[in-house]
This record gives sequence, C-alpha cells and structure tokens, in this order.
Amino acid sequence: MSLGDILGAVFSFENYGEILALVQTSVWAGAVLGLLGGLVGTFVMKRDLAFAVHGISELSFAGAAFALLVGTDVVAGSLVGSVVASLLIAFMGGRAREKNSVIGVLMPFGLGLGILFLALYEGRAANKFGLLTGQIVAVDTVQLQLLAVTALVVVLVLVAVWRPLTFSSVDPEMAVAAGVPVRGLSVLFLLVLGVSVALSIQVVGALLVLALLITPAAAALKVTSSPRLTLVLSIVFAVVATVGGILLALGGRLPISPYITTLSFLIYAVCAVTGRVRRRRGANGRVLAAGEKERTTPVAA
Amino acid sequence: MIDERLIDDLWLSPRPGPTALDSEVMTRVADAPAVRLRGASLAFGARPLWTGLDLDVRPGEFFAVLGPNGSGKTSFLKALLGVVPLTAGTVEVAGRPVGRGEGIGYIPQQRSFAADTPLRARDLVALGIDGHRWGVRLNRRSVAARVDELLATVGAGSYARVPVGQLSGGEQQRLRVAQAIASRPRVLLCDEPLLSLDLNHQQAVSRLIDAQRREHGTAVVFVTHEINPILDYVDRVLYLADGKFRVGEPEEVMTTEVLSELYGSRVEVSRVNGRIVVVGLPDATTHHHEHQDPHEKEPA
Repeated sequence: MSLGDILGAVFSFENYGEILALVQTSVWAGAVLGLLGGLVGTFVMKRDLAFAVHGISELSFAGAAFALLVGTDVVAGSLVGSVVASLLIAFMGGRAREKNSVIGVLMPFGLGLGILFLALYEGRAANKFGLLTGQIVAVDTVQLQLLAVTALVVVLVLVAVWRPLTFSSVDPEMAVAAGVPVRGLSVLFLLVLGVSVALSIQVVGALLVLALLITPAAAALKVTSSPRLTLVLSIVFAVVATVGGILLALGGRLPISPYITTLSFLIYAVCAVTGRVRRRRGANGRVLAAGEKERTTPVAA
Repeated sequence: MIDERLIDDLWLSPRPGPTALDSEVMTRVADAPAVRLRGASLAFGARPLWTGLDLDVRPGEFFAVLGPNGSGKTSFLKALLGVVPLTAGTVEVAGRPVGRGEGIGYIPQQRSFAADTPLRARDLVALGIDGHRWGVRLNRRSVAARVDELLATVGAGSYARVPVGQLSGGEQQRLRVAQAIASRPRVLLCDEPLLSLDLNHQQAVSRLIDAQRREHGTAVVFVTHEINPILDYVDRVLYLADGKFRVGEPEEVMTTEVLSELYGSRVEVSRVNGRIVVVGLPDATTHHHEHQDPHEKEPA
C-alpha cells in the first residue's frame, strides 16, 4: 500500500454530504456519549478510579461477547457485565490498594472470558471486532433512544448526589465527619460508572473506553482546578473527540475509534503542555497583596 | 438561635426540672452542655481504653484531651463523631445523639492533598458550608459571599484560588478551620490539628480556634499530645493513660502526683517559663516492643 493509498484510507471526503445524512444517528449517539463520558470522567478523576474503568470495561466486554454468542441483545449483555464488575469492585475492594488488586484480578479474567465467548461465536467477524474497537456506525434510532434515556438517568442521578459525591470524593474524612453517607455514595457511583462504561463500549469498544471516560477529564484538570471549569472543559473535550472523530472517520475507510482516541489524545497533549508552561511561570492564582501577606514572624500570644 | 429540640430535651431531662419562666429556660439552654457523656466506656477487644466517663463540656469551653499514644484520645474524638460506637454509656453532642454530623465542626490532622487534587482553597471551604446537602448548589452567590467571609476570618484571602495541593501545611490548616466553622457548629472537634506545623502556624491556628469559641460560644474539644501550644487557652483537661483518666483544670491535672498515679510510675511535672515540662514518661515505643501486645497500637 502506497502512502497515497493510506492517506486515501484515512482521509477522503468524496460524497461526504450523502454519507453524513446516513449516519446522523451515529453523530447524535457520539454527542450523547461524549457528554456522559466528560461528566462521569470528572468524578472518575476525583475518585482516582481510572483503573476501575478499565476493569469494568473488560467484564463488560465479556458480557457483550456472551450476549453475541447466545444471540441476545449485546447492549444488555455488556450492561450486565458492567454492573457485576461494579458491584464486585464496590463490595470486595475497600481501600484503594485492595480495590486495585481486586480490579487487577477481575480484568484478565473478564478479557479471557470474552475471548472464549468470541472464539465459540461463529457469526460475522466484524461483530467480534466491533466489541473491542467500537461500531458506532451500526447505531439505529431505537438504540439511540435507549442510549439517550440511559444517559439522562445517569445525569439525573449524578445531579441528585452532586455535592455529597464531590465532598466524599475529594475530602472523604471530612465528609464522614459531616455525616455524608460515603460508603453508599461509593457503591452508587460505581454503578453509575458501570452503566456509563457499558454505553461507551458501544462506540469506542472495550479497549478504548478510557479515551472517553478518562482522557477528557484528565486533560481538563491539566489546565484548571476550578470544579465548574473542569466539568465544562471535560464535557467539551469529550464531545469534540467523539463527534469530531465520527465526522473525520466518515471521510475514510477505517474504524471510528482511532480517530476518537487520537483527537482525545491530542487535546490532552495540548492541555498538558499548557499546564506545564503555566506552572513553570508560577501562575497558580496566589495573590500577594500587601495587607494579606502570610505572616512570617512569630507573634507573641 | 434556640434549637427547639434542645428545649424539649430540657423538659424531658431527669435533672432538676426547668421552671415555666421563659428566660430561665433560655439561660439553661445556653448553659446546656455542648458535649455530654454518661457512663461512657470504650474498649478494643478485651482492652478497655477508658470506662465510666461522665463528662459535660460547656459551650465556649476549650477542652483539651491529652495522653500518650494508644490511650484512646483519637478514639474519644471518633466516639464524639459517631464513627466509633461506645462499648457502654451514652454520648450527646450539641444536644443530640451522635452520628449525623449536625452541629459539629471537625478539624483533622494536617494531611497533604495530592498536588493535582481538583479543588481550590475556596472550594474546600465551600464544602464545609453545603457539601453534605443533596443536589447541586443553586445559591452560588450567597455561598461565595460566605466563603469570602470565612477566608477573611482565617486570613486565607490571598490564596483563595490556589489549588489545595499547592498550599503549605499551615495554609491548609487555616482552611480546615474555615471549613469547620462554616456551618456555625456548636462544637469544634479538633484531632491534633497542630501536628507537623511549625511554631508560627501552631500559634496562628490555635488563636483562630480560640477566637471562634470566644466570639461564638463554640465548645472546643482539642485532642493533642502536646499541651504547651494551647496552654493559654485551655479551660479543662481530660488526661487519658493506661485505661485511667482524670478531668480538671490544667493546674489540677498536670501535676507530678496526678500523672504519676495515672501512669503508675514516677513522672515529674514542672513549669518552666510558663510551659509545662513532663519528665519520665514511659517511652511509648520501647513499651510496645517489650510487651508485644497486639492491642497496644492505636486503632486506625
């Protein structure tokens, strides 16, 4: 394959308008998932759960592969896998280190199960590949509705527990002292995360789900510490990556996920450099007004 | 502000009943203990930390809890927070059974935040105002105004927008004070808040805590292993050691006789330049190694 052929495969925009009309549903699905990923991702970062996302996605993949094998709904299969993984992590992993080892044990087991089910499956190879790398072009109107409704439920749940969830994520000891049900919120969030992972897998696949649930929020945190700005940027980055990735992918002959992950990564790279430059300049928001200076000499009591 | 439930409590109280006079009831409410323990005991396994503790901490009182490692100081505070249940007896904080966090402000040990914690100084303080409420924050402007007020109180205005992970230990503890007093608590529970701070910040933070109880009548329960930084403010002391305890003013408790009796060995207490110096404490570390007792460690 010559360089020209490769470029042609990556970018070619013949009949772009016609194709776009055909895949409108997919673009909407991408936007919904971007919104969800960016939103949930901010809490994933606050709670340091990046590894859990990966663990959940592997079991979700196993669930989807099983559904494919027995011929039931793949989305339902991946939801079941996700929720089982979330509950296992929630109830078996107490502290951070314990949690990580539970996830580390679950992850290869899930992936192994998934490969087993796919090996037994005798249908189209594209279906198999799609579970791992995403297949958003296959989204139809019914699926989009399901996606939108589930995403809406997740958003409403998060809005309902927003403040105590934030409190228990960033400052758990104080949250306990203030009477926040930290344990219950932890289980609830893992369930929310499980559902979000299962939905995201439909677009980017089990292997690349981190690009939706981690990278945008991590990028946002590189450039700001303000909770509101983090949220806005994270959602914007995720939507730009998914919708932008889908629109770019329409021009070529390749799967969608590399476009999404690459966009996501580029956004992160730009943010990381920006953050580093800013930090080096010492711009962290400190104001050194004459009257408000930190006292440096002891004061007699 | 009078809490109606408190008045109910007084009417139901088995102690000398209140008269019908409103003014007298109000005086009594103001005098109602901020912390009340009756027959309180706490044990870990077979080892009692303390037993039969009856205690009233008055509003506006600065109450220090002292003792060696493993004596149950931190567990005492956790019992007041409702995190650790008592083995026997009852505990009430701000006139209510513990566990719901109402009326309580908590100042933890200084423990640094990760450098990339997505939280600025003002966000940390705001959590103390409404972090425990459900839903999203709708009254952003009034919360922001209250945060500014609290930051000014603790002298943290200049770093309001700095990520908490980039602040020094002393700056973080000032924010902890602001966060703890944000809900206008009746009781401030402080768990070694001066630990790992330098002398300036120890003074600054304890002055802030003292100001809060003087200006707002907040009771302060202050767990520490070192009384000197707060000696000027302390009204009474609870000294825990070896399953025994003593309550009283510092002059009564911090004496050679009392501490020797608590520890069961000769401990010399003297005063040098207004500081209390204790000599001859059983060395906690050596003690542990000699006995190899698994219960000796302070529970997490």
